[in-house]
Order: sequence, then structure tokens, then C-alpha cells
Amino acid sequence: MSDDLLKSYRFRLEREGSWHELDALIARAERHGLGSLDADELARTPALYRACMSSLSVARSISLDANLLAYLESLCLRAYFVVYGVRASLGQVLARFFRRDFPAAVRRTRWPIALAAFLLLAGIATGWAVTAKEPAWFEAFVSSGMAQGRTPDASREELAETIFDKPEAADQLTAFATFLFANNARVGMLCFALGAVFGVPVVLLLFYNGLAIGAICAAFAGKDLTMEFLAWLAIHGTTELTAIVLCGGAGFHLAGAMINPGRRTRLAALRQKGRTATTLVVGAVVMLFAAALLEGLGRQLVIDTTARIAVGCTLFVLWLAYFACAGRPAWRGPRNGE
Amino acid sequence: MASDAALRSVLTPEGVPIEVELADLGARAGAVLIDLVIIFVALFFAVLFAILVTPATGVIGLVLFVILSFFLRCPFFMAFELRWRGQTPGKRVFKLRVVDRRGGALSPRAVVARNLTREIEVFMPASLLIIKPSDFGGSGMEDMLSLVALIWSGIFTILPMFNRDRLRIGDMIAGTWVVRAEPVALLKDLSTQQPSRRYRFTPAELDVYGIAELQVLERLLRQPATRATQDTKKDVLNRILDKIGWDDRDAINSESFLDDYYVALREHLERHALFGDRRADKHEAARRRDRTPLD
Repeated sequence: MSDDLLKSYRFRLEREGSWHELDALIARAERHGLGSLDADELARTPALYRACMSSLSVARSISLDANLLAYLESLCLRAYFVVYGVRASLGQVLARFFRRDFPAAVRRTRWPIALAAFLLLAGIATGWAVTAKEPAWFEAFVSSGMAQGRTPDASREELAETIFDKPEAADQLTAFATFLFANNARVGMLCFALGAVFGVPVVLLLFYNGLAIGAICAAFAGKDLTMEFLAWLAIHGTTELTAIVLCGGAGFHLAGAMINPGRRTRLAALRQKGRTATTLVVGAVVMLFAAALLEGLGRQLVIDTTARIAVGCTLFVLWLAYFACAGRPAWRGPRNGE
Repeated sequence: MASDAALRSVLTPEGVPIEVELADLGARAGAVLIDLVIIFVALFFAVLFAILVTPATGVIGLVLFVILSFFLRCPFFMAFELRWRGQTPGKRVFKLRVVDRRGGALSPRAVVARNLTREIEVFMPASLLIIKPSDFGGSGMEDMLSLVALIWSGIFTILPMFNRDRLRIGDMIAGTWVVRAEPVALLKDLSTQQPSRRYRFTPAELDVYGIAELQVLERLLRQPATRATQDTKKDVLNRILDKIGWDDRDAINSESFLDDYYVALREHLERHALFGDRRADKHEAARRRDRTPLD
């Protein structure tokens, strides 16, 4: 009887059981997640997957049954997704990220970050100098929504009010801080996304933001409120601007892959640099969240100019120390890729 | 089956290449639309909630709304692709999945990277389309700038149309691509369905076809027995009989003849394939003849 059967069918008879077993496990994992498999089934899945892979390569050479081949292809692919899908839990990913990945990525991209910082500072300096000399430029640099009355035409009292005034309800502060976070995080992501297109828009974005800050600085400086304004800016600005600079750095890092991919193709370079750049942006978004908390709450609670400067500078030093030192030993170890 | 242009082979860590079918652009657009509709509906309810709750309890509703409107953008896609192993609700509907291009494991970082760029591919063009600066006190110049930005970001939206692997800019950065993965059921082996073997074929009668024709015949035999299938079977039967020059046509039972011919042909071709002689289709013999030097 068995002589009557095709070789490829006998092959199928022998292996079919393990295919169906894998199929059932994968179907369950797809529907209810890997957690629905017990320890024994979890241990069996990779073995069954490998057996199925070997069946596939045998079947390709001996069987001409199109349905069988399609079935094995699709089963292998589905099992592959389960076996090689995203594995780490979110908690593990986060812990590793802040202990090692984020500071290491910052150190690795210090030159693009320095370039971003330079552009922002250059923007501030230009905006300040130009507006101090000719206040008419103010309107060109700062949109009316951003200025909110902080123009060179405003009186000293009006300006002082904007930096020392306490809004009535603490609730409003929370709302304002949340809004700022969402807004700034979006700007940060935009910086990253723009980097992939040769970085020119990143230059503009950083420089333009610098101009606006510089112009507002000049408006306050004109009314002798320089220190007060800088303190108001510093309490959250050191964190926020550092984060924006990191995003800009990430954008330039990506732009580097597009402009000068080296021996690799642009696609390969983009992919490799994309890993570091992503790390930077995600870290920066978390920093922006911290900055929004400082802006919404800290700034309203700490009114004294000296205290504001102290808080801002301490935070800045802490960030620098974190980037410079955290996760060092692991970074020095052998690593693949970037 | 998809056309060959959409098939790619991914080398798994086991060293066995698996064929994947690149997702159709229409399906991908559909998947994004479904996700955006979900986002839109969720935001709508958030606004409703904010409006209902705000007067009573201060700004909690507003804060919730702002937080949601942030997390219901890029992070929405990231969360689902992390949790559902490369799928979002939209992708699940169209049976699409994000895969690492080199066949490695899909890393959380890749998921994050490929979704960060949605900001310029989806959300920027969308908000530029909806908002016209001059309606909000902007100048005509700002309208122009917004138009330029729209065109510019629109280029990224349609980028997948202009490269072979249908990559978004995010896919390029993350090293991923989107494939279609639909489960296939294992059907009965046709070689065991009809063990009658009433008809016998000579090697010459089997040499006229190759693997492509065998698999076309397989698809036909697997079709549900409708009127149309019956007609096609008759047609195919006649063509086979013509091709192999079968004389005694009157006594033939079309069903069992086709079944038997399928089994015999498969056995014949599989035996040849096993000895390294894979015949792709019926033109194989002619191709080989052309290749032989005439000297």
C-alpha cells in the first residue's frame, strides 16, 4: 500500500502532526498573546518552529503540491513573527534605555549635537543683537501668539508681570504645562523627521527658534529686566532647550547619513544612524515632559530670581553629568553596529 | 498568489529563506485610514468628555484631552506595533505586518523609529490641509508658506509609490518593511483523493507539461464543484487530450481522468525534480533545445 503513495505525500504524513501542533500554538499566541501559552508550550514552540523550517526547505525540493508549499510558507512566516517578534517588555526596554542607551547615544553624537547647540545659540545672539538695535525686527522674529504681549513696546511693569504673575488657579497651570509638553514634543519629533531630508529644515527650525528667544531677550533687556527674564527662562529652559538641541542633533545625525553615507548605500546608512537618532528623540521627549512640569509648576512656585537661576543651573549640570557619565562601562564594551 | 514583483525573500536566522509578499499600497493606505478613524473617534469622545466634565471639576477634562491628543498620534501606532508584534488595528484588518528587512527580530527601537516620522508623513500634511493660516489672522504670505510645506511633506506621504520595496521614510530609518501575512489552510493532498488509477500514462504523455501547468491543474481540482468549474474542467480535459494525442475519447470520465493525470504528472515531475531536473513549465524542453550548442 505505502508503495502506492507519492514520496512527497509520505513526507507529509510523517511531519504533518508537528505542523498542526505548531499551527495551533501560533494561532493561540496570535489571538491571545504569548502569555496564553504555558511554560511547556513556550519551550516547545522554537523547536517546532525549527522543525517546520526544515520541513519547508525539504518540501521546496521534493514536493510540487502548491497548497502544501503555500501552507508551510505561511505557517513558517507566522511562527517567525511569534518567535522573532518584539520580545522585551516595556519595563525592561525603559530601564535599559535610561541606564545605558540614552546617555551613550548622546555621547556618540556629540558633534551633531554641538552643531545644533551652536545654531540655536547663534540664533539667540543674532535675534538679541538685531532687536536691541532696531526693535522693529521683533515682529519679524516672534509671532504674536508666542509673544503674548512681551513686546519691546510694552512697559516695564507689563513685562515684569508676565514673568512674575501667578495665574489664579493651579489647575490652569497643569493644563498649560500639558499643552506645552505636547507642543514641544511634537517640535522635537519634527526635528527628527526633518533630519532624514538632508537636515536643511532642521537648521532653519533651530535658528528661527533661537531668533525668537533672542528677540524676546532683547525686549526684556531694553527694560532692564535681563536677569529676571533669564532666570524665568532658565528654570525650565535649561531642560527644554537641551532637549530641543538633542532633537536637532538627532536630525543632523540622520542628515549625515543622507549627505555622506560613506561606503554604504544611503538606505543602509540611514538605517544604522536611525537607531541612535531614535534613541535621542525618545530621550528628549521625556526631557520635554520634565521641562513642562518645571514650566507649569516650578516656575510658578519659585518666584525668586536667584532661586530660579539656581534651580535651572543645577538641572543643567545634572543633565550634563548624566550624559557624560551614565552607562559608561557598558558603552566601552564590545558592541556591534554603531 | 501575488505577482513576482511583490515577492521578497527574507533570510531567517535559521538560514532558510521565507518568501514574503510586500503589502499592497492600497491595503496600507486603508490600514492607516482605519487607524486614523479610530484616533479621530477617540479624540471626538475625549472632546465630548472634556466639555462635559470641565465646568464641574476644573481642567481635568482639558488636561486629559491634551494628553490624549498627544498620545493618540505617533505613540498610538508605537504602542500597538509593540504590543501586537508589528500590527495596528488597521494592519490587522488588512493582515499586514511590520517585519525587519534583514530577517532579524523586530526591535522596539525600530518600531519607535518608523512611527516617529509619521509626524511629517501623516499629521503635518493633514493639519496643513485643514488649517489655512489666513483664517486665523495670518497673512497671505503664510498661506503660501503653508502650501509649500504641504507640497513638501506630501512628497513623503507618497514616497512608498516611488521605490521598489514600497518603503516609507520611517521604514528606511528603522530598516523595516510591511508585508502581508495571511494564514493558509492545509488542504487534503490530491494524490490521495482518488486512488482509482484507472488511466495509465506513458512518460511521453507526461513530458508535455511542467510544474506551472501541474499547479494550475491543482488549483482547478481544488475549486468547489460548481457549474463553472465543471465547464472549465471539460475544457481543460479536451486540451490535455489534444496535447497528448489521446484517442479513445468516448469512454472517458472527466473527473477521474483529470485526477489520475494530476497524480501521474506530479509523480513524474517530482521524480525528475529529485534528480535535479526541475521543469518549470511546458516550454522547458524547447528552451533546453535552444540552449544546446549545434556544433
